Amino acid sequence: MNPWPASARLWWALAGVPVAFLGLFFLWPAGTVIARGLLEGGDLAGALDVLASERTLRAIATTVVLALAGTAGSLALGIPAAWALSRFEWRGRRAMRALVTVPFVLPTIVVAAAFSALFSASGVLGFLGLDQSMAAIILALVFFNVSVVVRIVGGAWESLSPRMADAARTLGASPARAFARVTLPALKPAIASSAAVVMLFCSTSFALVLILGGSRIRTVETEIYVQVNQFLDLRAAAVLALVQVVFVGIALWVSARARSPRPPAAVETMRRPGSRERAGIAAALAPAVVLLVLPALALIERSLRVTGGYGLDHYAALFGEPPMRSTLSAPVWEAMVTSLVTAAVATVFAGVVGIVTAQLVARPSRRASWLESLVMLPLGVSAVVVGLGVLLTLNRSVLGVDLRGSWWLVPIAQAVVALPLMVRALVPAARAIDPRLRAAAATLGASPWRALWRVDAPLLRSAVGASLAFAFAIAMGEFGATAFVARPDSPTLPTAIARLLSRPGIDNVGMAFAASVLLAAVTAAVMLASERLRTTVGAEI
Amino acid sequence: MSGLRVDDARVTYPGTPPVEAVRGVSLAVAAGEIVALLGPSGCGKSSLLSAVVGVTPLAGGTVAWDGEDLARVPVHRRGFGLVFQDGQLFPHLTVGANVAFGLEMAGVPRGSRESRVAELLAMVGLEGLGGRSVTELSGGQRQRVALARSLASRPRLLALDEPLSSLDADLRGRLAVEVRDLLRATGTTGLLVTHDPAEASVMADRVLRMEDGLLV
Repeated sequence: MNPWPASARLWWALAGVPVAFLGLFFLWPAGTVIARGLLEGGDLAGALDVLASERTLRAIATTVVLALAGTAGSLALGIPAAWALSRFEWRGRRAMRALVTVPFVLPTIVVAAAFSALFSASGVLGFLGLDQSMAAIILALVFFNVSVVVRIVGGAWESLSPRMADAARTLGASPARAFARVTLPALKPAIASSAAVVMLFCSTSFALVLILGGSRIRTVETEIYVQVNQFLDLRAAAVLALVQVVFVGIALWVSARARSPRPPAAVETMRRPGSRERAGIAAALAPAVVLLVLPALALIERSLRVTGGYGLDHYAALFGEPPMRSTLSAPVWEAMVTSLVTAAVATVFAGVVGIVTAQLVARPSRRASWLESLVMLPLGVSAVVVGLGVLLTLNRSVLGVDLRGSWWLVPIAQAVVALPLMVRALVPAARAIDPRLRAAAATLGASPWRALWRVDAPLLRSAVGASLAFAFAIAMGEFGATAFVARPDSPTLPTAIARLLSRPGIDNVGMAFAASVLLAAVTAAVMLASERLRTTVGAEI
Repeated sequence: MSGLRVDDARVTYPGTPPVEAVRGVSLAVAAGEIVALLGPSGCGKSSLLSAVVGVTPLAGGTVAWDGEDLARVPVHRRGFGLVFQDGQLFPHLTVGANVAFGLEMAGVPRGSRESRVAELLAMVGLEGLGGRSVTELSGGQRQRVALARSLASRPRLLALDEPLSSLDADLRGRLAVEVRDLLRATGTTGLLVTHDPAEASVMADRVLRMEDGLLV
């Protein structure tokens, strides 16, 4: 049946919107970074020098170790939790599932602040001496990524019929052997796929390493940041960005290969656990719950701790003038306003480009898959590279518009980061609309535009709302790209938190924790709204 | 001549090699006549119907109404209705709003729209169900709404693509008679696609057999 838009010319005209946006704000900046990394000075020798330096090799080694350890830890905690949450029906299961999946939507800077609250010298677990250690970063990575494993592996496990394992049991397999020979192989694609996704997230967790690693632990991403901001060596930063692109490319390649085929929908209902299984469930969930709850509690506790007791002083300070010695030039509430406004503008950019793109790629064709991969490209480059690229190319007059130090760079960079995720959320909804509905509207006299307006638009409304909220939450918590382009005199909330955390002193740090709680609350609220909108989509169609 | 005239129609789907679903079919349907295209699944009858209505492009040949070539007339200006096998009711609209959709597209004012919707719902035996959500209907009721929706704007030709095959046998027999009587009563020209010879003979004035992309 005829897709919309029916004419190829109109399709290409509309494709101009995402192509122009990404060309100007992503391909050109990222391309410049790569070209500069490789070719500045006219030869590759300089690039090789940077690559072979001890600093770089150590940063690469650290990145690899953190990614592997973070992935292993996430699987170790996530797989048992997935079993407990997807195999049995018990009271509190839904609440527990929600708890386990929350961390994923938190901004990385909030997670960094929470672990800093937990492990710093005056923190609840300060006596462990884990401040600025690899262990602290790995635990934070696991905190962040357990939910990914639970979502992907748990989803596959739910749709796996327990009858298969039962069949193995009737053939003489012990429960352990039935698990190893039947259940585990069936879950393998999902486990591999979640591992690849987690590996990707672990190698792009800039804020965690920047805040928790201090000056000792550096990954490729934080090394890029240090080269730009401390040594002003853009050449070295560009070479490192290239390394980061390769890293993420490998992770994406692995994850594309490991993508699990969509499992059949669950037919079996979950059963209530027996008494021994209850103990098993508790044991499976306990480590994950401890890891998820402790940092959150530590963050809230530290945000309330004042000299000689507890109070709301730090929260009050967010609305006053910044402390004298702080390098923060504006009150935190102003950073909050900046964040809300930039996130709103970024949402408009990502929304317009994303909705047009989703509509264009909804019907499979060669040009559609070409456009879809173009829009997904920013996902294949870490946000740090996006930020660096925007800083290197757009910090000047572009097409007659002076963008130097411009406020607009922040929402633009955030929109580039949010766009692929937004399109990913929107395309399945657009694909779920039967093209024959549009044909039906046409036979009833509706022109293509009217059919779009009267049939597609109402059916997509809740999915669009959900994806806009999603984009807003991403922009609100975005740190990697924003850290490069936000002006020092008008920080966003995440960059203000990073600034406050890097200055010692109980007032600064207390304010950082209070601001983190606020940021977490805003993002979580927006994400919850997004989830609710999303669930009404299925009910409608 | 008045009515539908199809000359050497061809429908090809892209692929390697391309699939020739309709390989040169000519037929005519006089105004007020009901013609059935009968054939096994995959014989190209549905593709031919889609090409007549205009939702699938013709690879060759012509479709004309009252002697006017429709090649450059888009679907929404042809005045041909189409009833799908599975109804394709708009899930976000009520039963009444579904039936009124075509009238609204034609710019019929609200008042006369409402009376026409009530009239059609009565005609298909769904009196008073205009406020219902389409998701609350049974399969038979859905097909009745789909029929009412297509008839509401008085199409020059009503194309019916296996309109009854998603229903159970008992209901199918009763509805076949009802639909035929409705088309006769409204004087609608009909082109019906079906794989059921009994249905074809009950509903149509004339039956054409199709096999492997050609009339036989």
